[in-house]
Amino acid sequence: MKERLVQLEVLRYNPDTDTEARFQRYEVTCAEEWVVLDALNKVKADIDPTLNYRWSCHMAVCGSCGMMINGEPKLSCHTFLRDYEGVIRVEPLVHFPVERDLVTAPDDFMEKLKRVKPYIIPKEKKPISEGEYKQTPAQLMKFRQYSMCINCMLCYAACPEYGLTPHFIGPAALTLAHRYNQDSRDGGRKERQEVVATHEGVWECTFVGACSESARRTSTPRAPCSR
Amino acid sequence: MAKSHKPVVWFPFAAGGTVIAFCIPVIVLLTFLAALGNVPAGLSYEKMHAFAGNGLGKLIIFGVVALSLWSSAHRLRCTCYDFGIRADTLVATVLYIAAIVLSIAAAMFLLRI
Amino acid sequence: MSRNPLIREVPPTSWYFRHPLYLRYMSREITSIFIGAYCVLLVVGLQRLAAGPAAWEGFVTALQSPASIVFQFLCLVAAFYHAATWFNATQKAMPLQIGEDFVPGNVISGAHYAAWAVLSVVVLFFTGVF
Repeated sequence: MKERLVQLEVLRYNPDTDTEARFQRYEVTCAEEWVVLDALNKVKADIDPTLNYRWSCHMAVCGSCGMMINGEPKLSCHTFLRDYEGVIRVEPLVHFPVERDLVTAPDDFMEKLKRVKPYIIPKEKKPISEGEYKQTPAQLMKFRQYSMCINCMLCYAACPEYGLTPHFIGPAALTLAHRYNQDSRDGGRKERQEVVATHEGVWECTFVGACSESARRTSTPRAPCSR
Repeated sequence: MAKSHKPVVWFPFAAGGTVIAFCIPVIVLLTFLAALGNVPAGLSYEKMHAFAGNGLGKLIIFGVVALSLWSSAHRLRCTCYDFGIRADTLVATVLYIAAIVLSIAAAMFLLRI
Repeated sequence: MSRNPLIREVPPTSWYFRHPLYLRYMSREITSIFIGAYCVLLVVGLQRLAAGPAAWEGFVTALQSPASIVFQFLCLVAAFYHAATWFNATQKAMPLQIGEDFVPGNVISGAHYAAWAVLSVVVLFFTGVF
């Protein structure tokens, strides 16, 4: 197995003792095909058990391991060490408060997500005996690309408008609102517009496009901004 | 939560952005040629006067100028915010009024032709 | 355990240096300064046109000053850059679904570029450039 010596520069912050963050350098031997998350796991296992970060699935599905890697918002389980040379700088996602080390506080995002009512609000409720709400493949395709979001918050770290204007509802919540608005079974557009069309909503988007860049694998924010 | 007044501002912005993209490059190209000394035949007084003298010509010129002005004013407002100028209401008022005043001026000049 | 999260502020006047994408965005936004100034020039041109042949000739002559040439050149660059960014964005802003499938993005943008080229050539033809 081919190995490589990886140098990581990781942002550290201990809420009990620190008033500001600092960078800590780690040197760790990794396998050629590892991802950044593997390197962090090796650091935590062999070098520094106090290092904190979130992760779960290790396969770009759960959306917990988002970090800034050399300044780009990335899923660390999906960022290969072989694509980097020299020191790799790992920071918590920007635009979110840092809870500890690489762990951020997602409270603001969670609250915004709830506000856009990301669930189907049927046009008219019907009893189960009347059968299911049917949908054609074309009707499904209309919103499918907006339904792939895994709530990893990379697009919030990528979006400068969210950084500058924290009340902005942000890419993922707008995308999800759009996803349900476009659903043929849904009749909740009006309710959602109360949030989306306010001065905190879609009008704050200036079409930077960074959200889409950060989310190429999962969803397509930005498109809904035009609607 | 108050509904935003931004759609009123945004739709002419989007229309203006499209107009700028389609029309302004070729217009700048024409005046740039004139600036370099090769004045295109279409920029002679007779040709321009005839174009602006006709109703459809007036409408096209006014549409291009007014929408482009509005779109630039709105984008400039966002740019000011992005550069860290946080007096957004003041910036917006000044820029939108400037765009409206210049559009009215353009309409008045056109009606005189 | 009490929470004591660290807030990292975004520098409001220099944030766009953090990423090349932000710099591209800001350069797109800055084109509005030149387009806006150019529109003012167009309004002045209309005023000169309304004032008669001599005034119009004076306006066209004034266009040929060195400062004006530099300004027009910058406006030309800004106008083309704005057009390119605008047409590239159309595929995101106006997704088009036919049947089940979405029309590929580059077809939507390409159609805009083609229409732009045709319109520009028509205008250049009618103004006697060729």
